[in-house]
Parts: sequence; C-alpha cells; structure tokens
Amino acid sequence: MSAVSLSPLQRAWARFQRNRLGYWSLWIFVAMLLVSTGAELFSNDKPVVARIDGQLLFPILNNPSEKALGGDFATPTDWKDPFITELLEKPGNWAVTVFNPHSALSTDYFTKAAPPAPPSAKNWLGTDSKGRDMLARLVYGFRVSIWFALALTLVGTTIGIIMGSIMGYFGGRIDLTLQRVVEIWGAVPELYFLIIFAAIFEPSLALLLVLLSMWSWLGLSDYVRAEFLRNRSLEYVKAARALGLSNLQIIRRHVLPNSLTPVITFIPFRMSSAILALTSLDFLGLGVPASVPSLGELLLQGKANLDAWWIIFPTFVLLTLTMLLLTFIGDALRDAFDTRKS
Amino acid sequence: MRSTPLLDIAHLTVRFGATTVVDDVSFSIHAGEKLAIVGESGSGKSITALSILRLVDAATTSGSIGFEGKDLCQYSEEQMQVLRGAQIGMIFQEPMTALNPLYTVGHQIGEVLELHEGLPKKAARARAVTLLARTGIPSPELRVDFYPHQLSGGQRQRAMIAMALACRPKLLICDEPTTALDVTVQAQILALLDELQREIGMALLFITHDLNLVRRFTDRVGVMERGKLVEIGATEAVFSDPQHAYTRRLLATRPERVVQALAPTAEVLVQGREVRVSFAQAAGWFSSTQFHAVKNASLSLHRGETLGIVGESGSGKTTLGMALLALQSLSGGQVFMGQQRIDNAERGPLRQMRKRMQVVLQDPFASLSPRMTVGQIVGEGLSLHQPELSREEHQRKVLAILDEVGLSEKNGQFGVLQRYPHEFSGGQRQRIAIARAVVLEPEVLVLDEPTSALDASVQQQVLALLAELQQRRGLSYIFISHDLAVIRAMAHRVMVMKDGDVVEEGETLAMFAAPQQAYTRDLIAAAHLA
Repeated sequence: MSAVSLSPLQRAWARFQRNRLGYWSLWIFVAMLLVSTGAELFSNDKPVVARIDGQLLFPILNNPSEKALGGDFATPTDWKDPFITELLEKPGNWAVTVFNPHSALSTDYFTKAAPPAPPSAKNWLGTDSKGRDMLARLVYGFRVSIWFALALTLVGTTIGIIMGSIMGYFGGRIDLTLQRVVEIWGAVPELYFLIIFAAIFEPSLALLLVLLSMWSWLGLSDYVRAEFLRNRSLEYVKAARALGLSNLQIIRRHVLPNSLTPVITFIPFRMSSAILALTSLDFLGLGVPASVPSLGELLLQGKANLDAWWIIFPTFVLLTLTMLLLTFIGDALRDAFDTRKS
Repeated sequence: MRSTPLLDIAHLTVRFGATTVVDDVSFSIHAGEKLAIVGESGSGKSITALSILRLVDAATTSGSIGFEGKDLCQYSEEQMQVLRGAQIGMIFQEPMTALNPLYTVGHQIGEVLELHEGLPKKAARARAVTLLARTGIPSPELRVDFYPHQLSGGQRQRAMIAMALACRPKLLICDEPTTALDVTVQAQILALLDELQREIGMALLFITHDLNLVRRFTDRVGVMERGKLVEIGATEAVFSDPQHAYTRRLLATRPERVVQALAPTAEVLVQGREVRVSFAQAAGWFSSTQFHAVKNASLSLHRGETLGIVGESGSGKTTLGMALLALQSLSGGQVFMGQQRIDNAERGPLRQMRKRMQVVLQDPFASLSPRMTVGQIVGEGLSLHQPELSREEHQRKVLAILDEVGLSEKNGQFGVLQRYPHEFSGGQRQRIAIARAVVLEPEVLVLDEPTSALDASVQQQVLALLAELQQRRGLSYIFISHDLAVIRAMAHRVMVMKDGDVVEEGETLAMFAAPQQAYTRDLIAAAHLA
C-alpha cells in the first residue's frame, strides 16, 4: 500500500501520462493554444519597440499616427510604408519587431510580388489572394477556431450535462417528456436554420456560437442520461438518500462525479467536430464575416487559387494536425478513464 | 487403487503477470467421481477450473493437465475446441449471462449438437426437447423456442445443464452452479445434477464456497487458500477431521447465535401497519397493470431487537425494508417511527427522522461512492445533520466511529480518512458502510443482506461487529437476508415473506424448531441447517 492515496482522478491522470502519444499530443496542443492566444506577440506588423528621432515608441501598444513621425497622414502608421522604412534606416533609429512582422489583416501595399505571392524571405509562407501574410492568417485563424471550439464545447457540455442529469436522475415522466423534446429538436434541419439565419442577421462569432450551441448538447445529454440512469440506482445513492441528502446534493456529490467519464472522454472529439463545423461554415461562406481570419476562408481561397499551393497546403496541414492531436488526446483519455485497466 | 484417473492435474501454476493465482496445484478425478474445490473469493478455485478448458486469457500456465492420459497443455487451440463441450462440459454461475439472449434455448442446445455430433437441424431440435425434458423443465416442446429472458433463473440453469450435457461429456465442471439461485431451487438443481451424474456416469468437478453443499453432495473435497491446494481428501474425513489450519478455520465459520435477551419493557420503535407497495408495469401501449411487491405487511420492532426478514428473491423483503426507510413510497398503509408517521412526512421532519434510521446495503462495492475518500463518506451525514460541529470535533467523531468498526491505527489501518474505497477489501468496505450509518447515532438500522457478498470468515467478523454494536448502543436491527443460518444467529424474531405476503412470523428459535407453514418448512429443509 502506497503511503499517499491517489484519488480516482489522480490515477486516471497517471494512466493518461503512460500513453506517451496522447501525453505529448496534449502538450503540443497546449503549446499551439498558447502561441495562438498570444498571436499579437507572435505575428504583428507593428514593432514592439522603436526609436525614431530620439523618441522611444511602443507601437504594439500604442501606434502613433504617421504625422507624429513626420509623415503626411493622420492615420495610424503603416510600418511597411517606404517612408517609414527610410526613416528607420537613418542612424540612431531602430525598431524591434515580433517573430513574424505581419498581421493577419494588413495587406502589404508596397511589395513587388503580385498576390497571392509564393513563400519568400519576407513572407515565409507566402501571401493569400489579398496580399496578407499566410503565416499570420494561419495563426490568427487557428486562434479563432480553437477558442470558438472551446466555447462551443463548454456551452454544449454544460447544457448537455444539465439536461442529461435531469432526464437521468428523475426518470419517469420527466425523462419521457424531455426525451421526446430532444427527438423533435434533433430532427430540426440545423443547416437550413443556419443558412436562414445567415441571410437574416449579420453573421458573427457570437451568433454562430448561439446557433450551434442549440444543437451541440443533444448527443452528450444522451450519454449523461444513460450514466445517471445507471448510477442513480446504485447503492451509494440509496445510502445517500437514507442519510437525508437533497436531490441536488446527491446529484452534485454522488451521481455527477461518477457520471463524468463519457463527458471528459468526449471533450477532445467534440472540440475537433466544433473546429470542423466552423471551418465548413466559413468555407461555405455562412460563417464569420470576411474580416475575421479563419481557416475555412483560407480553404475557400485555396480552392479558388489552386495554383497557389501555399494557401491550401499549410491550412490543410494545420487542420489535419489539430484533428490528429485531438484524436490522440481523446484516445488517451478514454484509456485513462477505462476502469477495466489497472 | 483404481485405474488411471480421468483428469490428472499435476503442478498446475497460473500466473497473471507477477501475481501467482494458482500455485502448484495437483489433484485427480476418476470417472464417475464428484470432487469439490472449495475456497473463499480470490483463492484461485475458478481459475483452476477455467484452466482445465484452457479458457484463461493473458495468463502463463505451467504444469500438466492430463485428460484420459493426454496432456491438454500440449493441445492446439483447434483440438481444444473439439474437446470443449463434447468431452468436458461446463456450467457457469450466472445463468442469465451464460446464455446468449439473442437466440432461443433450443437453438443454443442444438448448436452444440450440430457442432460436435454433426446432427442435422431437425434432429438436433428433437434432441434438445428430450434434453430439456430430462432436466425437468415443464412443457419442453414449448420452452425449446423460448428466449433466455422468458425463463426463470432455475429454468435457465436447467437449460444450461441441458446444453452442457448435450454431448454426454465425461467430465462436467460446475463453477458455483447454484450460488445465484434461491435455496429451494438450489436443492432441485443439485438433485438433478446428482441424478444425471449417476445416469451418464460422468465425473463432476464442483467449484463452490458453500460448505453445506459440499458436505451433502460430493465424494471428495479439496480446499484452496490463496492459490494453494492446502488439503484434499474424502469429504467425510475432511469434515470430521480437518488436517490443515485453514480448513479448520473455514469449517468453523458457521454463524454462532449471538442474540441478547430483550428487556421486557422495551418500547416499540418502528411500526408498519398494513404496508403495501405496488409498481406499475407496462402491459401494452397505453395500459399498465399493478405489480404488488408487498401486500399487506404489518410489523413492529422494539428497542434493542433484531427482526429478521427472510424470503427468496422477489419475495418483497427488500422493498419492504426500503418502504420502512421511506425510500420507497407506499401504495397503502402507514409506517411509524416512534409516534411520528414517516411515510408521508414533510422534508424537514423526514430529515430529522432519517437521522434515527439508517441503512447498510448488500454490495460493499456499489454502496460506497468510488470518488470520495473514506473521511468524506463517513463524514457526509455528520456535516448534514450536525453542521454545528467544528472541524476538529467532526474529524474526532469520524475517527472514533472508524475505530469502533475496527478501521483505525490500532488495527493497522493508517490514514484511513484520506484513502479511497477501492483500497479496501469487501469486508473492510462493509465496515465503512456500517460506520457511515452508525456515525449519526441512529436508533434503527435496516441491514439489507449485509453479509451476502462476503466470504464466510469475513461474514463472521461483520456479524460479530453488528452484534457488538447492537449491545453497546442498544440498536434495533431490521435484518433482511435470504440466508437462514445468518438470520438464526442474529434475529430475535423472524418474518418469512413469499411473493409479497408475510407467510409466517414468530420467535426465531421456536420457528426454526417447529415451522407452522409448508413454505417455511421447505425453506428450512433446503437450507440444511445442522
């Protein structure tokens, strides 16, 4: 007997760590998530710090107007403007840029290559059809996809758990009624709904999140319901009732913690399906507005410019890699929570 | 000395990874002989039986298994498949899971015949009917087309026997064949096996933990302890003069009567008046019928008294217990806790009464939430009913009660509070469940088969603990069990239930000595209490 007792969750984590593929996939995924979340520090067309004519500037936080630097326009400084580049070449002037000195939205109007431009020393992965840096587009697009997927998974899982626990714990007439509601709701053609709403409203991430959440809980609630139906008849629930605990206390302390295995196991797979959902909607033009960088929009561009392989290929690789990582993590989680394994 | 044995096992060792489950076991069975292997759970008796048919996966096996002079360990998988079912049959413990629910009984028996004897479908079906008739299933022509779920537990086990005997095997291995059955059905199945064994002249290998059954039924007995065969010999010799210390301990595990005389002035604590419980059963699309689980049961329980409720599965004894705890709503009648009615109490008063009446359930593996520490499990009720306790007082109370049930540092259990249920054995878990109930200082405990899932020796310890707690705290028990030996050891009074009715009620020893009803007589006879 070990000196320190491991809780079931700790034991599951130990089993998860034993699956090397899943373990490293998790770390790579976390790294990708962190880099893309801090995308402004990774890829930005504004320098972090610059010194112009004895003035110390932090354009990444506060971009001065061109006029302030001696230019003609009152608009924020475009640091790729030949005027600025010349300014920076003067002695005593310098600028420190981030890793990739491009942003996802800015077009480089001063480059000689016609967009879409192939990879070069300046744009490592080339530019898209509007002359925007591909690497920057990918990083920012990934950020949108992943955070959207996280939010959608969180909302869908929460609603799914609540609905599933109500159906499973109370059973009987409540279960019967809600099951019929779920069936009817699940039969609503989701895609047509989305198309109609895309036509009525200005498409936005928030609207998409609301619309997709309305259906994303359906599948999970079935699993939670089944787990609750099984667990509520177990003897420790009976013992808890005999102790005088209220329904909410029993659900929270006894049934729910023991019913979470399918929920946790499914999270990575739900994430990947959420990413794919957003990507396909964007690809169809039903998704986020054109100004938002998105992987689906890149795929659409890639389809329109098949000769510009540097658009479609990296996007495809990034999507596949993300799906693979999530699948590996999901597999490892499933193994970790499999009680038949010691 | 007889001729060469039918089955001759020599130095059989089975390992799973680093753990040795069967350790150098040797024994032999002659044709027509009945050998029992007894032992407690984890002794390796089932694995020994399964290894004979080479049905153990992921294990390394060494030693030899001689069957009719040939070593089965050298057989290929194909050769084993020919042997299984035809030469060596097997019956499993749980007849519900051992039959495939998707096929009719006749189909499954016929399949064995088609496979091993090459019978055409029609002939196989006809043989299946004869076999079912032979095992005593009523109207076999009809039942041959039944699916397993349409048969009762006893009938399913009969169908399993018919299937195992289809090819007249020379050896039949029975792995706890009657453990899942009610006592009266058990007796019938054993009689059937006995009869068929004599008729076919096959050898029987019996795997069981039931010493009673061994004594009545088998010629020789082997005792296993932690993978080792510690003793083997003629049944009578082993029972009358056990050589090994473990065998003596095993034989001594018959429950002793520990009942204390009741004070004549003891007040009535719990009273059930004409309690009725029924469930709606779907009978069609829009109609439902009422299934009466408990029909008109009345009882009273005095302070410090143990009331035993016995009955076979489906008799309504557990439902009655749950109804008394107000965990099951009544369809008629009343339940009183002291002077207060509990069955229709409001939430607040009900919670107060819950404190006075606690429950210990059968399955020590299912009755503790696997994601809570022992400290949380035992302390949960305390924080609900006595939230005014400080952290230290709370912990002191939990530790005191764990000490009382024998789980403390004194007993070599360290850091119990922070440990999780999976780190404890079945008996220890049951102690935790008892601690959870007793920490609230209840007056009444409903014990629903508290020792049925435990090995005989552990069962003894738990019963002793319950008796001790009753004496020290003046607890009243409602002791629900199918095990008459346990009831006789523990109860002041007994209530016998059958199909939701109370058949007989009376003082324990008087009833066991002179049962009034035919059903009670059957039960007591089937239990073979010495």
